[in-house]
Amino acid sequence: MNVKTLLLCLMTFFPLPLWAQGYAGLGGSAEGFDVPKAGYAFDFPKDHGPHPSYRIEWWYLTANLKGEDGRDYGIQWTLFRSALKPFETDDWQSPQIWMGHAATTTPDGHFFAERLSRGGIGQAGVISQPFEAWIDEWRMAGPDFDTLTLTANGEDFGYDLSLTAQGPLVFHGDAGYSVKSADGQASYYYSQPFYAVEGVLRLQGGDVRVTGQGWLDREWSSQPLAADQSGWDWFSLSFEGGDKMMAFRLRGGRGDFTSATWINADGSTEAIPNGTVQLTPLRTDQVAGREVPTQWRVVLPDRGVEIEVSALTPNAWMGTRFEYWEGPVTVTGSQEGIGYLEMTGY
Amino acid sequence: MTWATVQALLSHWRVHRLQLATLLIGIALATGLWSAVQAINAEARASYARANAQLAVGQFDELRDPSGPIPMSRYVELRRAGWQVAAVLEGPYRVGGRTLRLMGVDMVAYPALPAVTEAEQSAEATEPADMLTAPGRLLASPELQPLLRGQTNLPPVLITSALPPDVILTDIGVAERLLNQPGAISRLVVLPNQPRDRLPLNQIAPELKRISPTTQVDTARLTDSFHLNLSAFGLLSFAVGLFIVNGTVGLAFAQRRGMIRTLRALGVSMRRLVWLILTELTVLALIGGSLGLLLGFFLAGALLPDVAATLRGLYGAPVTGQLTLQPKWVLAGLAMAVFGTLLASGHALWRLSNMPLLEGPGVQAWQSNSRARHITAALGLILVVGGAFAYISVGGLVAGFVLLAGLLTGAALLLPALLATALSALARTAREPVSQWVWSDMRAQLPGLSLALMALLLALAANIGVSTMVSSFRLTFVGWLDQRLTAELYVTARDEDQAREITTWLRPQVDAILPIRNVELFHETGPLFLYGVVDDPVYRQHWPLIASTYSVWDDVMAGNAVLINEQLARRASLWPGDELKLSSKHYLPIAGVYSDYGNPTGQAIVSMAQLDQIAPGAEMRRFGVRMPPEGATAMAQNVREQFALSPRVVVQQAAMKAQSRAIFEKTFVVTSALNVLTLGVAGFAILTSLLTLWTQRLPQIAPVWALGLNRAQLARLELLRSVLLAALTACLALPLGLVLAWVLLAVTNVQAFGWRLPMFLFPWDWLWLFVLTLLAALIAAALPALRMLRLPPADLLRVFANER
Repeated sequence: MNVKTLLLCLMTFFPLPLWAQGYAGLGGSAEGFDVPKAGYAFDFPKDHGPHPSYRIEWWYLTANLKGEDGRDYGIQWTLFRSALKPFETDDWQSPQIWMGHAATTTPDGHFFAERLSRGGIGQAGVISQPFEAWIDEWRMAGPDFDTLTLTANGEDFGYDLSLTAQGPLVFHGDAGYSVKSADGQASYYYSQPFYAVEGVLRLQGGDVRVTGQGWLDREWSSQPLAADQSGWDWFSLSFEGGDKMMAFRLRGGRGDFTSATWINADGSTEAIPNGTVQLTPLRTDQVAGREVPTQWRVVLPDRGVEIEVSALTPNAWMGTRFEYWEGPVTVTGSQEGIGYLEMTGY
Repeated sequence: MTWATVQALLSHWRVHRLQLATLLIGIALATGLWSAVQAINAEARASYARANAQLAVGQFDELRDPSGPIPMSRYVELRRAGWQVAAVLEGPYRVGGRTLRLMGVDMVAYPALPAVTEAEQSAEATEPADMLTAPGRLLASPELQPLLRGQTNLPPVLITSALPPDVILTDIGVAERLLNQPGAISRLVVLPNQPRDRLPLNQIAPELKRISPTTQVDTARLTDSFHLNLSAFGLLSFAVGLFIVNGTVGLAFAQRRGMIRTLRALGVSMRRLVWLILTELTVLALIGGSLGLLLGFFLAGALLPDVAATLRGLYGAPVTGQLTLQPKWVLAGLAMAVFGTLLASGHALWRLSNMPLLEGPGVQAWQSNSRARHITAALGLILVVGGAFAYISVGGLVAGFVLLAGLLTGAALLLPALLATALSALARTAREPVSQWVWSDMRAQLPGLSLALMALLLALAANIGVSTMVSSFRLTFVGWLDQRLTAELYVTARDEDQAREITTWLRPQVDAILPIRNVELFHETGPLFLYGVVDDPVYRQHWPLIASTYSVWDDVMAGNAVLINEQLARRASLWPGDELKLSSKHYLPIAGVYSDYGNPTGQAIVSMAQLDQIAPGAEMRRFGVRMPPEGATAMAQNVREQFALSPRVVVQQAAMKAQSRAIFEKTFVVTSALNVLTLGVAGFAILTSLLTLWTQRLPQIAPVWALGLNRAQLARLELLRSVLLAALTACLALPLGLVLAWVLLAVTNVQAFGWRLPMFLFPWDWLWLFVLTLLAALIAAALPALRMLRLPPADLLRVFANER
């Protein structure tokens, strides 16, 4: 997904505020690591796998689901890779740290879990062909990137889902080179937003069969954020009729940076430059002791988009080592639809 | 009215300042000794708690493979089956001559370690990259800072107070490098928050054993008996201190009788008087208690480093040598002071409150009848018998202490009756009037002195008992060292290659080379170190076996049997004929048990070939060298120079023995210190009792003086009386002390340390103690005797003036 987790990922893996502070300074530096460059030619299936010479990377799946009970649900399955050094070994010496986040959001609750592992020993990792991404018993795997099964477990939830791609991969920014700030920080960023999803959610009240649609983001980089950027708001929206939109806003001391991708139902895209899409909070909720915007106005004048985006469950707080908000949303206004919202830095 | 009464009561202390001081000192000593022991125990327990929290013992379950390390693949399999476990690799690590415990935890899987959380708040900023990638970081307690500072071959060190003083914590990736055990895992900590729907353990890793915190080897439980020992000593000191309080309060009340009578005649009700006196005693107790806490704090501070050394040496229990003041400790100390003071004054107060309004001061105050004495004696007998019965019927450490308590209090209660009987017997031998008077005078004084003499009896018995135990232990230990340390040189090579080089080089020059190889296994009673030995006559001749089969060494060397140490034998109830499980596949019959003092853990010995089968690849870096002793020093020097080894890895037998003895002596420093203090307190108790009696002496002495004995003769008799009573008490203390020693050696030691020791007798020590006792009695009686010598005859004459 975007930038969002860049910072998140860098800071993560440990709950150590001091270490985290040490990391805050890393926004501008990428010593020893490779840096994304415009004009990169993606190579699949190899690029579905990890890139250890880049500092951060993720496989980020969200899905909006409808239960056979008629209720709306959302799930998240994320695997982050964070490199302390730009190489990999096959033992405890590995400087690659992996982190998994999984969550299920129901109309009246939000359940999440977190896993940590280092690379090298086989506890977590990604291989591109046949595709498998895993940490502990959590797994996203299949013969290729278009046909996947997905599973995760927490103390009080779990799910087993299957994903089938109904459309092509989508590249953000300049053919997958996605700029994140006016200073030119960037990442490689592509998505598979066309997954059809079906399977079972395991909830405390019992199993629920679900169907719906999923959106998987792949992104990797080494110097994601400008030093003044403190948080982000990120939207992945699917409209009735098949069009989709990805949009984000990076909140910075020197002004916000916005970016968006319009995705037509056939998978063709249009990159929308900084300052075009307008993202305005309409209302906030008290979540985990903070004021978090749970309703937004999203305006994209060129496409005639003027919509309100509302959280399905305001309390979709990820109380993980590095906390953020991530949950399913509904869209009303000039377009109707569903999607996912992520917000950090609140 | 109340204020006037208070002033009248306090006037007594203004006049008798020495008495006030004695009372406060008595309370302070009792509270001080007790509190010191409590402080030491509390500090040690806090250290264990810290250590246990750090190691996740007593908190989380853990998984172990009884046959050895867990391979990395097992860990990954468990993880990929949903088990949330954190890998730990730990082992001994030598730094600057000290063996520390290096604990490598997978900090990615278990980042909530207290020490890590604390380090993050410290001033030294650390990035995760530094912690997790080479060279890594070590976390250690402030006490290790000087030791680790100069080490250039170690990763940088971060200081945290959340770690026990002998543990280095680091990431498992760093630990596997330092311990040279790549990919090995010692145990897996089962983390909280396990996911739903995971496979049971026996379907993933059937060889792993899940151990709940209660069955893990817990230092706190291991050392409980040691602390019980200390507490018993503290309680004894407390009791002895209370004898002083009792003596002083008795004296003060006796002296105040006149004043009380006057106050009551003036209309102060007895009820009000009792309340005021109770308040007075409480205030005094609080003042004395505060002094005692101060004393206790410093005493504990002085003793703690030695206790810490003992606990480290004996149990490997990590204890810091620093004391922190806890409010709970202060409150408990003050409560003990008040409680003890009121207890010690209860009798005197009760008698005061029942005093007839018009009774005169003094005369009968301290005399009691023979019926009371018989009741006391009967009670004493019941206690002795009851203690013995408890021990025989229940057994174990607590019953051992019940036996000790019954024996000591019972004997103390029996003392007056025994002394009275002895004095009666002696009186019958007397022919002259003066000696007849002396004997009967002594019997008359007995009730007043009996409490002080009881204190003396207890102090002496404890002294004899404990010193017999320590000396027996020392003798046994030294003999055992001679048996056990048979090689002239002990060498630890840097690695196996160097070990091979050294042995090849040494072999033509020495009698024999004895490899020392061991591996850490896991037994249900705790860690088990398995050693391999080669067949050398030295073992057959010298190894200190305490139980064995007929063909013990042949069986062991043939690989058909195992030897175990006494600690393991007693802990697991395994003796020759039983079978020891060494791994899931290896069971061996036990052929013998050897004594192994000063080692907290279980140990077993098999032949070298058997060790290779059970634990292939156990490292071969250490060995003993047998050679003529006179050449050992030169050879040690040669080896060091030839292979550039530091002096601490090439150790001579003599140095090793000296080091072991030093550790041993440290172990009993605390015991000896408490011993001497108790005796001092008892001497002081005698002094206060004699001073108490002094006030009532005049009416009895005046007639004798009037009959013609001069004051110098009377003073001599005064000294003689004190010395004689002390001597009689000492004679009774000797058998009591020996019984005490036996209980300590045969009951307490077995439970507390895991070994039983033979008992030796030390008559010269007893003689010395006897002399010391007489000296103490002499000094205690010196002040009253001096007073007698300087007593103006007018005072003696006044007795006959019909004053009362």
